[in-house]
Amino acid sequence: MAILSTPRSAVQLASKGRPLKEHLFRIALMASLAIALVFLALLIVYVVEEGWPRLDSTLWENQPSIRRPETAGIQSGIFGTLWIIGLTALMALPTGILAAIYLEEYADRTKWYNRLLELNISNLAAVPSIVYGILGLGIIARWMAFGFTIMTGAITISLLVLPIVIISAREAIRAVPPSIREGSLALGATQWQTIYRQVLPASIPGIATGSILALSRAIGEAAPFLMLGAATLVRFNPEGVWSSFSVLPLQIYSFISRPQEEFAILAAAAIVVLLAILLLMNSVAIWLRNRYQKRW
Amino acid sequence: MTSGQRRLSAVATAALVVSLAAACGGDAKPGSSESTSSAAASAGSEGGQLSGEIKVDGSSTVAPLTQAAAELFGEEQAQVKIPVGTSGTGGGFEKFCAGETDISNASRPIKDEEKAACEAKGIKFTELTVATDALTVVVPKENDWATCLTTDQLKKMWEPAAEGKVKTWKDVDAKFPAEELKLYGPGTDSGTFDYFTDEINGEEGASRKDYSPSENDNDIVTGVAGAKGGLGYFGFTYFEENADKLKAVEIDSGNGCTAPSVEAAQNGTYTPLARPLFVYVSATAAKRPEVSAFLDYYATNISTIAKDAKYIPLNSEQEAKLKADITTLKSQG
Repeated sequence: MAILSTPRSAVQLASKGRPLKEHLFRIALMASLAIALVFLALLIVYVVEEGWPRLDSTLWENQPSIRRPETAGIQSGIFGTLWIIGLTALMALPTGILAAIYLEEYADRTKWYNRLLELNISNLAAVPSIVYGILGLGIIARWMAFGFTIMTGAITISLLVLPIVIISAREAIRAVPPSIREGSLALGATQWQTIYRQVLPASIPGIATGSILALSRAIGEAAPFLMLGAATLVRFNPEGVWSSFSVLPLQIYSFISRPQEEFAILAAAAIVVLLAILLLMNSVAIWLRNRYQKRW
Repeated sequence: MTSGQRRLSAVATAALVVSLAAACGGDAKPGSSESTSSAAASAGSEGGQLSGEIKVDGSSTVAPLTQAAAELFGEEQAQVKIPVGTSGTGGGFEKFCAGETDISNASRPIKDEEKAACEAKGIKFTELTVATDALTVVVPKENDWATCLTTDQLKKMWEPAAEGKVKTWKDVDAKFPAEELKLYGPGTDSGTFDYFTDEINGEEGASRKDYSPSENDNDIVTGVAGAKGGLGYFGFTYFEENADKLKAVEIDSGNGCTAPSVEAAQNGTYTPLARPLFVYVSATAAKRPEVSAFLDYYATNISTIAKDAKYIPLNSEQEAKLKADITTLKSQG
């Protein structure tokens, strides 16, 4: 009896205090999740309802128009955004991933300059986007004389997302177990062969997810483009990297400040398109992660 | 793969395919879009197709005019690209005087320091008046006491000395009720703000600071419509589009009350709040055939353009002056 009574009282003790706390904790967790989801759902319902009359093919077939707000489209903005994001991906992803490889695989962390480098990258990730806009205007548009072109916009946005790409790629590379590297090296592979054939393939899901989330952030940026003097009213699609352009967030920004009700509806429809592009990109991220995920 | 995973990856693949298709469309589309076909349709009507790019930036108030002009012009000259930026009057002049734009939209005349910047870069320009706007002072519909305000009463509300002191309508005029005065207006970067403070308070940029500023005039509409003692000011278009919610106050500048209207702004009786809207053209740019053609088009169709952009068209004298100014500008070259 004496032996049995101890565990029983322990169980009773536990059942007195724990369920309540555990419930509270679970409720707190659910509430946090619910806040995020409810607001996202509200936003989506609101913009879809508001933009519903304009969610048809004229939206992406037509160019923006001041004269005919009821049939104005956002084609130039969609193409402008796709050009900027495409070019940004081409520039920021290789640079960011290579930088991450250097920092994780080659850099000697006992050296002061490598630590300074790491500190700076973390700081850069926190710099407000408008500051990158000023940088782009002063250095890329004016000093390098690239003008207000897609190239200027894409370089600026690349600089903006680069720290995020580097940080997420580093995390992904670090998550590859050292045993994989050691095994490869023990079999006679060089360091580069180890990185190229073992480490990189193993970290693709993490790198891809991080990269796409970084690009998704870039797609919604309006502030740097305002600074860079991207035009808000553009009736032609970009024809190359040296073309003038507009992007969706800027068009939305200009539509909502117009007096006519039709532009408010158009803005809502444009927001739906922007959200759809974002969701597409995020689905690709999820797909890549599931496709390549390995567990050790 | 579990069935759940398979379904998920099928969805994701579909998403990827769609996005790739969109991206490929992006590569194929430029150059072969609607602009080319309409160009082919209207080619020959002008005797020759022009091409090139006319960079425009500046006031967001004037942007709809130039944009409407660009849209109409594009129906004849589809190969001429006219991107219109909205950096604000000041931001526009900064780029214009750095030689980065060809045309600058402005809701106020160029300032001396901006002129100096242009001169330093050797940029010669011409000021063109392209339309008129009637700055409209609005109150909510339920306001039954303020039908006409004198410029002095407006000054009493908006001058810097009113800050913290003029809090109710009674403070403005003893005849008004003691309703709380809630002021809404454009932000200090706006050309509208510059013009209003200059005309009402006697000094550009001098205004009380305890009002609700907004860069988006629709916020002023919402604010004024929602407060019984509200008062705000903005361009005539915003009043016209919201005439169901707002009441435009008549303005008395010493010659009796005048309501803001197209006629009053055109014949000059709506003083002092009828303001000209400008377009500044660089003399060097005006020599380029596409810019020259665009300016001709702008001048010839100015009343259609103003109507399409929902602004008040120039009166016949102003229109004649615009055409003369453009002729002079082109003969300079």
